[in-house]
Amino acid sequence: MKGISKSFHGIFANQNINLKIESGEILGLLGENGAGKTTLMNILYGLYQPDEGQIKVNDTPVRINNPVESINHGIGMVHQHFMLIQNHLVIENIALGYKDTPFFFPKNKIRQKVEAFSEKFGFQIDPDKKVWQLSAGEQQRIEIIKALLNGADLLILDEPTSVLTPREIKELISILRQMKAEGHMIIFISHKLDEIMEICDRVVVLQKGKIVGGTDTKNTDKKSLARMMIGRDVVFNINREILEKGKQILSVDRLNVVGDKGLLAVKNISFDLYQNEIFGIAGVSGNGQRELAEAITGIRPVFSGKVKINKKDITNKSPRHIYDMGVSHVPEERIRFGIAPGLFLYDNAILKQHHLKKFSKRYFLKYSRVKNHAKTIVKDFKVATHSINTQTGNLSGGNIQKLILGREISEKPQLLVASHPTYGLDVGATEFLRQHLLELRKQGSTVLLFSEDLEEIFELCDRVAVIFDGEFMAVLDSDDERLCDIGLMMAGSKRI
Amino acid sequence: MIKIKTTDRYNITALRSFMTNILSLVAGLVAISIIFLIAGVNPIFAISEIFTGSFGSFYGLKETITKAIPLILIGTGLTLAFRAKFWNIGAEGQLLMGAIFATWTGLTFGQSLPSYIIVPMMFTAGFTGGALWGIIPAILKIKYSINEVISTLMLNYICAEILTMLIVGPWKGKTRFGFPGTDNLPDQAILGLIPGSRIHYATLILAIICAIVLCVVVYKTRFGYEARVVGENPDAGKYAGIDFLKTSLILMTISGGLAGFAGVGEIAGIHKYLGYPAAISSGYGFTAIIVAWLAKLNPLYAIVSGIFFAGILVGGDAVQISLGLPAATVDIVNGTLLIFLIMGDYFLKHKITIQFSKK
Repeated sequence: MKGISKSFHGIFANQNINLKIESGEILGLLGENGAGKTTLMNILYGLYQPDEGQIKVNDTPVRINNPVESINHGIGMVHQHFMLIQNHLVIENIALGYKDTPFFFPKNKIRQKVEAFSEKFGFQIDPDKKVWQLSAGEQQRIEIIKALLNGADLLILDEPTSVLTPREIKELISILRQMKAEGHMIIFISHKLDEIMEICDRVVVLQKGKIVGGTDTKNTDKKSLARMMIGRDVVFNINREILEKGKQILSVDRLNVVGDKGLLAVKNISFDLYQNEIFGIAGVSGNGQRELAEAITGIRPVFSGKVKINKKDITNKSPRHIYDMGVSHVPEERIRFGIAPGLFLYDNAILKQHHLKKFSKRYFLKYSRVKNHAKTIVKDFKVATHSINTQTGNLSGGNIQKLILGREISEKPQLLVASHPTYGLDVGATEFLRQHLLELRKQGSTVLLFSEDLEEIFELCDRVAVIFDGEFMAVLDSDDERLCDIGLMMAGSKRI
Repeated sequence: MIKIKTTDRYNITALRSFMTNILSLVAGLVAISIIFLIAGVNPIFAISEIFTGSFGSFYGLKETITKAIPLILIGTGLTLAFRAKFWNIGAEGQLLMGAIFATWTGLTFGQSLPSYIIVPMMFTAGFTGGALWGIIPAILKIKYSINEVISTLMLNYICAEILTMLIVGPWKGKTRFGFPGTDNLPDQAILGLIPGSRIHYATLILAIICAIVLCVVVYKTRFGYEARVVGENPDAGKYAGIDFLKTSLILMTISGGLAGFAGVGEIAGIHKYLGYPAAISSGYGFTAIIVAWLAKLNPLYAIVSGIFFAGILVGGDAVQISLGLPAATVDIVNGTLLIFLIMGDYFLKHKITIQFSKK
């Protein structure tokens, strides 16, 4: 790719980018949210057309007008959000995008192909299951198989690990290594330094649409990559002040919650939270974290047990009632729950707070106050937008997240329920957010932090609970030595 | 080689928006001309006939305003429902139910009460009727997840059949000589007309007030905000603690109630008795869907788009008579214009550049 430029509404998403990849190479594409990684790859995959520049495959200049042409040039892409039909079988999904799907009885041929691939790469995948029954990791493998079956030499993976559990990440890495050994090229988009260092041969760093550096991974380290990515040093170790526990804020007593599949997702969980405390719940996602967070914030009904805020019972009260008791919530699926994409940024800045006296008077909203509030959030949380009068859906994912976080934190809640708050954020924003959580703690609030990121848990939390299959395996102080077995506890093989 | 590039347009000025709409209408008229040509009619004559028929003469203008009244009332109500993504296709039935309630009130109490009491009573009854017919699908949707498109559409037919049953059965008037239909409403219950026209001005004023009030409701109130959030993203609405049942009930009360108002106007202003459903409403509930869309779901604009489509209805009648075109002509004109307006919207939001390069 040579001299590639692309702009959206007058702002460069990519500017004069040169990129080269050779066979048998894994290239890491590193950059903050909105640095232009995904745009660049969408150009290569034919979803966007570049304003300027040229793409060459095997030294021949090509024009890629759409994904079909891109597939014909041997380029495959696995998107961050999978493009699979949930209600169809695995093989049906694979047959759908496959060039040589026979018209009659396609399943047999595809089944053979899938089995051959599974064996080659050591996958375990049941071709006759429906897609919705599979985990994120398995769905990703289907996408990879689809791309490879179509003869992809170059595979683009857009933030492939963001949806995977730590174990699935390991499996993915071994698959990628094998593909590399077979001579495939892989472009691996990520903002997680550890993975880039582990997987990639070479790394290219994007910043504000431009390439700011590129190097072999063996010649560099995490610190210098991070500096390249955000253009300054990052504090990786946050100092947590020692604070005395205050009064009890949240008490959860023998809570049972039913999940989407009709089974108990949270089983008999009890804990108390105090002022000046961050309480972390570590665990592989899908072990009841979402249900627990939703039950506390009133979105999901409680099956049995009690939830109390400041000794007042809030079990099965409405989300608004619970919010008014001082409970903020950063939901796990932010884009789905956290915003109304077609409304203006300032409309979304008061979602959930619009009924408060500050913003409304009897039946009317005070829009001048609302707009000022939105401006403050945009400024304080560095939401990159050209105006608060844009539709919220036009912002990038990371910026939407900053907006939601800003909105939930700015109200100075007594209890902040934060599910994976830094998931998907870049290094700079992550650091900034963690400082904010600590600030809340200092001001006498309490934070209930759900996270898969152990580094984050240990950095921020005073106490840590490990959740597995809806139960707490342990509740310990974060400096307790027994936490060295946290991996075992997360996998359910140890209980304290 | 010709290269066509589309980029998003962000700064949309009011002038550009206005000009795009005008150009789309012109393009639409060109397309309609082709249809007229195929039908063997001089298109310039036919189109000028439509617009002189509706806006060009004093008589036509009066008829246009008359037909605009129900379209504005229903259209404004629909802008609210559609904003919350509540697809109310049942305005026709809500109008008829409003007409039924109003007729009953008028016939029962009309004789003994003065005009300034019975008329407001009929409007209240009509609003109640339309609202009741409107909240049935709202309850079905929220409580039992029944798709509102189906339920509102089907309730149209149920209401039309109820009405027919009433006028051929228990409500059949003694003065109708055995024909279906109720007796005429007493004089006190009839709305005043602007002399020399069929414009029942009370309903017209009511329609304009409703449009203004709804505009404030949508853009300035908490309820309007909640309705927009629910429409944009129901999951976010749930997370924000918005009560769906309450929101849907309020908005369908308003949307159905305004259609009910339109029913009262038609009965008390024009027909003066309850007759066959097709006679009371010539598809106003459906035409109003296009009115709401053309208004870009803004209640105030619905006044303008309501008058515009009323003009096409009236002008369509005119060409039917003068050129002997089929009754479906109006629908063709309506549909074509709608398609071109929607296409114009695309060109408003995107900038298209065409580059010619050698090779």
